[in-house]
Amino acid sequence: MNGAHDLGGMHGFGPIEAEPDEPVFHAEWERRAFALTLAMGAHGAWNIDMSRYARERMAPGAYLATSYYEHWLHGLELLLVEKGFLTRQEIDRRMAEIAAQEAQEA
Amino acid sequence: MSAGQHDHDAPLPETVLRVKALESLLVEKGLVDPAALDVLIDTYETKVGPRNGARVVARAWADPAYRRRLLEDASAAIADMGFCGRQGEDMVVVENTDRVHNMVVCTLCSCYPWPVLGLPPVWYKSAPYRARAVADPRGVLAEFGVTLGDDVEIRVWDSTAEVRYLVLPQRPADTDGWSEERLAELVTRDSMIGVGLPARPPQAA
Repeated sequence: MNGAHDLGGMHGFGPIEAEPDEPVFHAEWERRAFALTLAMGAHGAWNIDMSRYARERMAPGAYLATSYYEHWLHGLELLLVEKGFLTRQEIDRRMAEIAAQEAQEA
Repeated sequence: MSAGQHDHDAPLPETVLRVKALESLLVEKGLVDPAALDVLIDTYETKVGPRNGARVVARAWADPAYRRRLLEDASAAIADMGFCGRQGEDMVVVENTDRVHNMVVCTLCSCYPWPVLGLPPVWYKSAPYRARAVADPRGVLAEFGVTLGDDVEIRVWDSTAEVRYLVLPQRPADTDGWSEERLAELVTRDSMIGVGLPARPPQAA
């Protein structure tokens, strides 16, 4: 599939920025998104090509403006819904519940 | 800030919330085990990394028969050393010589040989590297401080979900008789991606 992910040869992205310390993960949510993706992949409901295709279906502008693990999260959520593990409504409801709970604790 | 360089920034609160919601629902349904998630994180954060690849390279430098096997059937030769699993099922090792320098990219995503190098650094996953490695490899190498002679051919390997590449860098001079352990210390992560060269042996006093 042609799309924003097909970056080979594109101009205008600027210099390559290597980090001096290179942590494997940069935030706790990255750790959890990574591990959830691997753990759900082990159920065998999809393969690596389907995972990639799910990430590549992000809208081009959003793809370019977000980080690697945000791509992973987008792909995971899409596959979970498409394969019937979760519904969008369930996810929205749980997000609202957690937000309300955290607001109360704050 | 350019596009694709967002990895250090705080994500939207919604992203954090979304991850929490997915984990909470999947745990509730018995589809994932939180302890298993912790093991996966620990494995890739602390156990799997480029020291694995360095041992493969050092052995190839020290043992000509292993080098031949590595170049002929990298997956099997690497599995012999106990390094196998996710994102390294089908490996190809490409050898640097006086005439050829190899470097690896994944223009479409960030395919990378996890069992021998661990998870990729941010720059490998970033738009600037993915875009330019194939169009201007010499310019990219210069940004990493590597300048090669005009007579050296640069071959850029675009990884796929199926095939992952590892560069076998040239063995540094003045290392005759070194043990594999000592040689492995000279093998840098970047030299196995092809954007760096191995460290030089410290000058004899």
